[in-house]
Amino acid sequence: MDQLQNYLFIAAALFSLGLFAVITRRNAVAVLMGVELILNSANVNFLAFSRFGGMNFDGHVFALFVIIMAAAEAAVALAIIINLYNNYQSINVDEASQLKR
Amino acid sequence: MNIFIEYSLFIFFLPLAAFLINIFFGKRLPRQGDWVSIGAVLFTLALSIAMFAGMLFSYDPDFQVESSFTWINLGDFNIQLGFLVDNITITMLLVVALISSMSHIFSIKYMAGDPLYSRYYAYLSLFTFSMNGIVLSNNLMLLYMSWELVGLSSFLLIGFWFEKNSAASAGVKAFLTNRVGDIGFFIGIMLLFTAVGSVVYSDIFTSVADGNLTGTLLTMAGIGLFIGAMGKSSQFPLHIWLPDAMEGPTPVSALMHAATMVAAGVFMMVRMFPIMTPDALVFVAYIGGFTALFAATIAITQNDIKKVLAYSTVSQLGFMIMSVGTGAYVAAFFHLVTHAAFKANLFYGSGSVIHAMHHALHKKNDHETDPQDMRNMGGFKSRMPTTYRAMLVSTLAIAGVPFFSGFLSKDAILAGSLSFANHHPEHFLLPIFGFSAALLTAFYMFRLMYMTFHNEPQMPELIEEIHESPKEMTFPLVLLGGLSFFIFFTLPHFNPFSDQGWFTEIIRPRTSLVAGAPSAHAISEGIHQNHLPAMIISVLVGGFGIFLAWLMYLKQSISAAAMAGRFNTLYRLSLNKFYIDEIYSRFIYTPILKLADWVGYLDWDVYDKYVVDGFGRITEWFSNLTGKLDYDGLDQGIVDGAGRSAHWLGGVLRGLQTGQLQSYVLFALFGVILIVIFQTMV
Amino acid sequence: MSEFLFWFMTAMTIGSALIVVLHSNLFYSALALVVTLFGVAGFYVFLWADFLAGVQVLIYIGGILILILFGIMLTNKISSVNISHSNFHQSIAAVIVLGIFSILGWMILRTPWLLIVQQEPEQTVGKIGRLLMTEYLLPFEVASVLLLTALIGAAMLSRKAN
Repeated sequence: MDQLQNYLFIAAALFSLGLFAVITRRNAVAVLMGVELILNSANVNFLAFSRFGGMNFDGHVFALFVIIMAAAEAAVALAIIINLYNNYQSINVDEASQLKR
Repeated sequence: MNIFIEYSLFIFFLPLAAFLINIFFGKRLPRQGDWVSIGAVLFTLALSIAMFAGMLFSYDPDFQVESSFTWINLGDFNIQLGFLVDNITITMLLVVALISSMSHIFSIKYMAGDPLYSRYYAYLSLFTFSMNGIVLSNNLMLLYMSWELVGLSSFLLIGFWFEKNSAASAGVKAFLTNRVGDIGFFIGIMLLFTAVGSVVYSDIFTSVADGNLTGTLLTMAGIGLFIGAMGKSSQFPLHIWLPDAMEGPTPVSALMHAATMVAAGVFMMVRMFPIMTPDALVFVAYIGGFTALFAATIAITQNDIKKVLAYSTVSQLGFMIMSVGTGAYVAAFFHLVTHAAFKANLFYGSGSVIHAMHHALHKKNDHETDPQDMRNMGGFKSRMPTTYRAMLVSTLAIAGVPFFSGFLSKDAILAGSLSFANHHPEHFLLPIFGFSAALLTAFYMFRLMYMTFHNEPQMPELIEEIHESPKEMTFPLVLLGGLSFFIFFTLPHFNPFSDQGWFTEIIRPRTSLVAGAPSAHAISEGIHQNHLPAMIISVLVGGFGIFLAWLMYLKQSISAAAMAGRFNTLYRLSLNKFYIDEIYSRFIYTPILKLADWVGYLDWDVYDKYVVDGFGRITEWFSNLTGKLDYDGLDQGIVDGAGRSAHWLGGVLRGLQTGQLQSYVLFALFGVILIVIFQTMV
Repeated sequence: MSEFLFWFMTAMTIGSALIVVLHSNLFYSALALVVTLFGVAGFYVFLWADFLAGVQVLIYIGGILILILFGIMLTNKISSVNISHSNFHQSIAAVIVLGIFSILGWMILRTPWLLIVQQEPEQTVGKIGRLLMTEYLLPFEVASVLLLTALIGAAMLSRKAN
């Protein structure tokens, strides 16, 4: 079913699931995975609108940039996580609660 | 101003000044200030004699001066301070001044050593001042004020030895009984004031003469005024205070309760005679006549020398009142003057005797025997000759023996009552009252003389100690004894059987202003016609009375005790003054006291306890309730509750600050949802 | 045929996404993510974005996911059992997320989308390339700088303290 709403729904579902992962998961890497899901859902949105909006290639370009951004961000995030692990011996986000004070 | 008014002002204010000086500074003055009062009263006497001489000189029966000034101005009512000086006034002033001076002098020795000596003289001056006020007044208001003051002085002097319970209560009794009379008096004054608009005598007389005030109202006013006289002059049923008043010092009894204060009632009736209606006068006459006989029947059995004289005074006052009632009011005034002289003298004499008894008993250390009881006396004739002779003269006067003053005045009264009965045969009782009383008077007075001065001494151990009294006490006796002779009243005539003299010539009766009343001329005619029969009958009854007394007490051929035994009930009734005091106590005093108790109970135990305390208790309960509401409800519930809920909310909100990013993201998302919802709703 | 494929693709993507999110074993989650990304790439194909599908597979799966796997391996104690989440926390999150999803869904359904359908293009690469060089030149250069920065940063972050 090649309808705009379907793709949008799929994107929304992915977005929700990614959000759930960000909120719920204890492990930092799992959180990162959730972020990836969110980014992907955004991409799907872009491309869906690009296709059903007169085949505008701006959407494609933007999606490409998103992927680039995701890459850079994943690299940095993982670097941070490794740093975190080295300092706290755990990447449980609950324990990184020094913002409480 | 007129010389008479000027003298009157002195006479009025000098004793007042003496009173003020003595009451404030008396104790500090030398001789305790008795000379202040005595000086004042002697000066008053001199001025009175001067006025009297002036009156005799001008020999004008219609002489009258009046002067007044407004003392208090209350808008449409003024209280005047005014003097009315006419022949009656001058005579009365002389009587008051004379007897008062005698009392002042007599008291020097009688009251010597008393701790409150200066106060005694202060009170005497106060009395003199008030009495003069009554005599000089030209309006009912000043009269009433002086009347009250006289009552006050009487109270103070009767209860002078107030440590003695009987004296203190006698003073109260006198004052209260007077007050009862004064209620009627005041009602009378108010009736007159409402009808006339003024209290001045001349205004009232003019109003009645013009016919503005008549009938029942005038009769009521007259009776109202008379009720005042009943109280002051001790007529039945308000006579109860006079015998008890004998608790006071004897000079006081002589001054007030023989000569002047009790005479004030008669004096007022004499002044007010022109406005008394015939109906009122009938009432007056019967009260007077009945009192005369009633008191005399009590006097015959009394054993206390002063009590005999007291009842005698009541009886003689009854004579005077009856005389006013029958229309012969000048005869009443005449008797007032003669009575003042001989009764005061009798009192001084009894005072002298009692004084001697006191000393004798004191010497014998006897404090039980009553110095005033005649049964303890007897045979004083030889020991106290001056006293005896003075009292004898006065006794003859009071008994109505010719050649003495009393005979003339009593005769006039009895003639008046006979004349009245002749004109109004239904009032035949009045002369019967009069003559019976005259008989009894002669009897009990001679009984007194025989028991005190004759026979064997009843207490032989005392007789040695009985001495004649000092000259300060015998001087008044001699003076007044002398005045008991006829001559002083009949000048310039010398007929002992006729009252024709300066008195009857310058003191003329005025015609009553009441419509329908007999004129003064008619009354005088009646008196003259009945003069001879009255004289004969009075001599007869007087002689019989003296004879009876002689038989029973001097010759003792009839035993007094046997007579008392035979008429036991009557004897006891008489001795106990017909139980009048007891009757009053049972039927008047006790119920009123019970009422007072009951009202007091109502107020104290019922009202105070339930209403007043009840309010208190309700308020207490209410405040408890509010307190509970405030503390438990408000404080605990609301105030603390707010704190607790804030605490709880804070605890909850604290939980939000987890320090965890994920929670914050969650909250942010929650916020987004809310925003979206609200955006779409709105 | 394509319809069935589409729905299969949807089920696969969503299913593996669920596994990513819910599975307690992190490694399995990572593997499931691979499958999800593959599914997404398939969607790209459906959406006539052939170039991007390739980029997705190459870079996302071949680069980022490998990175993630490395990260997992480096930070996880193999022996450690994954810590379970609290149910309470999960429930609330689920509710919120469902709320978000429903909002999105409602929005999708309610908006009158302006649909302009065109022909399927021959290939998209050329077009994309041309756009990158003309209109989007600046973002392109910035992206390169960003990658450089990320490279340096990551390297600096993960070196051992001297």
